[in-house]
Amino acid sequence: MDTVRSEVRTPAFNRYSTTSALAHATQQAHARNYQDFLIVDVDSHHYENESYREVFQYIDNPVIRRDALLHVERGGRASMMNNQVGYQDTGGRITRASLRRLEKTPPDAHRDVYMTRDWMDAMGVDYACLFPTPMLFLGLHPQPEMEMALAQAYNRWLCEKILGVEPRLVSMLYLPFNDPEAAYRTVKEFGDRKGVVGFMVTSPRYKPVHDNVYMKTYALLEEMGKPISFHAAYSWDDRALSTTNRFISVHSLGFMWFNMVHMTNWVINGLPERFPRLKVLWIESGLTWAYALMQRLDHSYMMRTSDCPSLKRRPSEYMQEMYYSSQPMEVPEDLSILEATFKMIKAETQLLWSSDYPHWDFDLPSIIYDLPFLKETAKRNILGGNAARVFGLDPKPVKKIP
Amino acid sequence: MPECFVAKASELKDGDRRIVVDGKKEIGVFCHGGAYYAYSNYCVHAGGPACEGVLINRVVDVIATDKTYQGQTFSDELHFACPWHGYEYDLKTGECVGDRRLKLRKFDVVRRGEDIFVVT
Repeated sequence: MDTVRSEVRTPAFNRYSTTSALAHATQQAHARNYQDFLIVDVDSHHYENESYREVFQYIDNPVIRRDALLHVERGGRASMMNNQVGYQDTGGRITRASLRRLEKTPPDAHRDVYMTRDWMDAMGVDYACLFPTPMLFLGLHPQPEMEMALAQAYNRWLCEKILGVEPRLVSMLYLPFNDPEAAYRTVKEFGDRKGVVGFMVTSPRYKPVHDNVYMKTYALLEEMGKPISFHAAYSWDDRALSTTNRFISVHSLGFMWFNMVHMTNWVINGLPERFPRLKVLWIESGLTWAYALMQRLDHSYMMRTSDCPSLKRRPSEYMQEMYYSSQPMEVPEDLSILEATFKMIKAETQLLWSSDYPHWDFDLPSIIYDLPFLKETAKRNILGGNAARVFGLDPKPVKKIP
Repeated sequence: MPECFVAKASELKDGDRRIVVDGKKEIGVFCHGGAYYAYSNYCVHAGGPACEGVLINRVVDVIATDKTYQGQTFSDELHFACPWHGYEYDLKTGECVGDRRLKLRKFDVVRRGEDIFVVT
């Protein structure tokens, strides 16, 4: 990077390269010496809908499998998948959303493997925890059996085609939470598979996390030492959120809202007391929601301990033992506010950096590395050390920054 | 002040742009409405290639005299949007339209005969 560059180029909209598009991220990676330490991205994505033809082959039920494959052949007009209105590319301003289809990849491994490795190396990431994109809304599917069938197929496909061939890619597999027995079976079936570092519940859904039907799944996860995560998303069909009229509104609120509800139920019902060794990770809600909720629940708890007699400590003390992914990290102009948030959630040990790449509001590692109030040790913990501990990853860096 | 050659005037038509790389500097040079504008290609947000995204007019809400909302339309103000996250900049000033206190560094553009240079 010390070579003197001199060129004139024309921005192109008829070709695409992940490495070129992220050239400035690569400059950051070199300038901050990311090659010297581990960086783990605990929340990144691929577009599994581009592989539905492969994924749906893994559906067990022959009727659902036939219908799903027929849907792929027909195109998107009549779909078995539920979805959400959402112009995530900001009306075409986020150009990678459409241009990425132009990227050429070699045929010897899955396209998702190549494209994911390319952005990981460009940013300086060693390991990435990969999640689906449209399937984040599957918890709102009106047919629980469809969530179960599609999740199982996706998990099998992901393990075989992606995690099985690329050791730098890991995942917390999709738990079909609307079918509690299927969720339990999913942990049993996939818990020991290569690259499976935990299990993920998509947050937009209307099943209470404290329902007795989930206790054996939590117990199994605790016994296996596998974390459970709640991955946020929005729902424009939620009654309150349906009154919002802009994507910015439903996205800003929705990604906090469902996790605030699940967290409240999780803590108030004493699940941290019932499963003290179960690692719980809250994904893609940013940080301010936790800062606010800790104070809100503590305030009410002191007056209403009889509402939550399982608790032996303040709600915030349990929340400080859980884990949080960083993106989309709110960065106020006054950094003392962010510093207070970091203190509240005990960021040095509980915060895990995430990019959410390639989604529209992704973060780079520099969002953590450049914070002036963090010491180098804290930066490295948040960027990778904490995740290595939670997921059981080798802390030795393996990336190849271009 | 050092200068970098950008293009022949005949090659940089209205609506065109170039990215000039000079050592550690990257500069986006735009041609629009008979004028040239040049800004740092590093977005004030996360360092994305701010000058390499789409050109798009400012979106405005149409509010009637009785204060009712009547939809949206485009104004004449032209923006360019950083392709990483969509931060929008006013083409004529380099101001970030979400907070005009934030600006991309501006560079001068000079034309000598048919040659266009940016002063780096």
